[in-house]
Amino acid sequence: MRTIDELLHEHPFFAGLDAEALQLIAGCAANRHARTGDYLYREGEPADVFYVIRRGRVAIEADDPVAGPMVIETVDDGEVLGWSWLIPPHQWLFDARALESTSTVVFDGKCLRTKCDEDPNLGYDLMQRVAQVMYARLQAARIRLLDLYGVPGAARP
Amino acid sequence: MPPAPEAPSAEWPRGHSAFRVREFRVVDRQQDTADTVTLALAPLDGQPLAFAPGQFTMLGRVGVGEVPISISGNPDRGLLVHTIRDVGGVTHALATSDVADVLDVRGPFGQGWCVEDGYGSDVVVVAGGIGLAPLRPAVLRLLAERDRYRKVSVLYGARTPSDRLYPSEVARWRDRDVDVVEVVDQGSPEWLGRVGLVTTLVPRAHFEPGRTLALVCGPEVMMRFVTLALLDLGVPPDRIRLSMERSMKCGVGLCGHCQLRELFVCVDGPVLDYATLAPLLAIREL
Repeated sequence: MRTIDELLHEHPFFAGLDAEALQLIAGCAANRHARTGDYLYREGEPADVFYVIRRGRVAIEADDPVAGPMVIETVDDGEVLGWSWLIPPHQWLFDARALESTSTVVFDGKCLRTKCDEDPNLGYDLMQRVAQVMYARLQAARIRLLDLYGVPGAARP
Repeated sequence: MPPAPEAPSAEWPRGHSAFRVREFRVVDRQQDTADTVTLALAPLDGQPLAFAPGQFTMLGRVGVGEVPISISGNPDRGLLVHTIRDVGGVTHALATSDVADVLDVRGPFGQGWCVEDGYGSDVVVVAGGIGLAPLRPAVLRLLAERDRYRKVSVLYGARTPSDRLYPSEVARWRDRDVDVVEVVDQGSPEWLGRVGLVTTLVPRAHFEPGRTLALVCGPEVMMRFVTLALLDLGVPPDRIRLSMERSMKCGVGLCGHCQLRELFVCVDGPVLDYATLAPLLAIREL
């Protein structure tokens, strides 16, 4: 059975991070499996973790009383889920639901924040990685706002 | 980009005019999505229309007009197939055609994808919305000679699950050693696939950037961002091909409706490589 730092070493989010740093952050991590339909977190709950998706698919969604759950985007293997653990008030804004059987590595956000405070180089490195994910998702969300596949020239929904 | 071997030359054969209208009968009609249909057309004169993947025809109805429509059928089989989105007067007349109706066809016109340039390479096909229609003949040609290519990926983005074109056929491509990844902008309760932007699929696809031919078709903004993602990974600009949509009219570079500075999209395109297009795409209102 592979150790957590070995699993993290294979994950694109941690590509290039040295073994010492991986070992350090692996101390804040544990394996977690979600079955289809399980919620990894729900809106309003304290955001004290973040997930590295090893296998599977998770929907980030908002619940509407009439329409039901509305999927904003999905996160797949090789990606990470959740950044509210990093930014006050550390509270989830959306739900995260497994669309299929999903294997993750879950990080204790408080533990990770403490290690980042103690080791600013590690903290800066992790912040850069999270910022890249946030940047990519922000850009994707902006482009999706354009409703590219709608009828050309039609009013946006 | 050299013309595909089977593409008609820009010099039309003696006795053949680009303005010659041929009549085709609608022999099959499939409603793909709420606003998109696929028509299969048989020539009244019995002569199949040879074309290269990526080419288009001027498709029309008498008394209404004609519009450029990419050919979406199999280049190696008889019927002429067009997928048409009902977004205007002429496309409405075409999309509401019934079986047995007769339509007018000129062409085929333009330069195609030249998929043969991908022999021995990885091929990544990126389609957005109805952009899958012009790419379908290219995919079918890839499948027909699957062993001549390395990894083949099809990345397809659509607005919603019900807006996807040819869903059952696309699913079957997976059985032919093609890595098909679909994503929609807006999910639905039944949809368990990906929700997000098609450009985000590019870095996750399996291909060797320096040995890849990329074929891209969709809304121009989407193609710009897909191209940036491909360039970022190291795909050479002359190996990224985009199908440009401009208001083609004559089909032979005479009228100037589709002029893109020194290019006529109807003759030099619609498929052009990014090395050629890059300086032109940066000019607004061109």
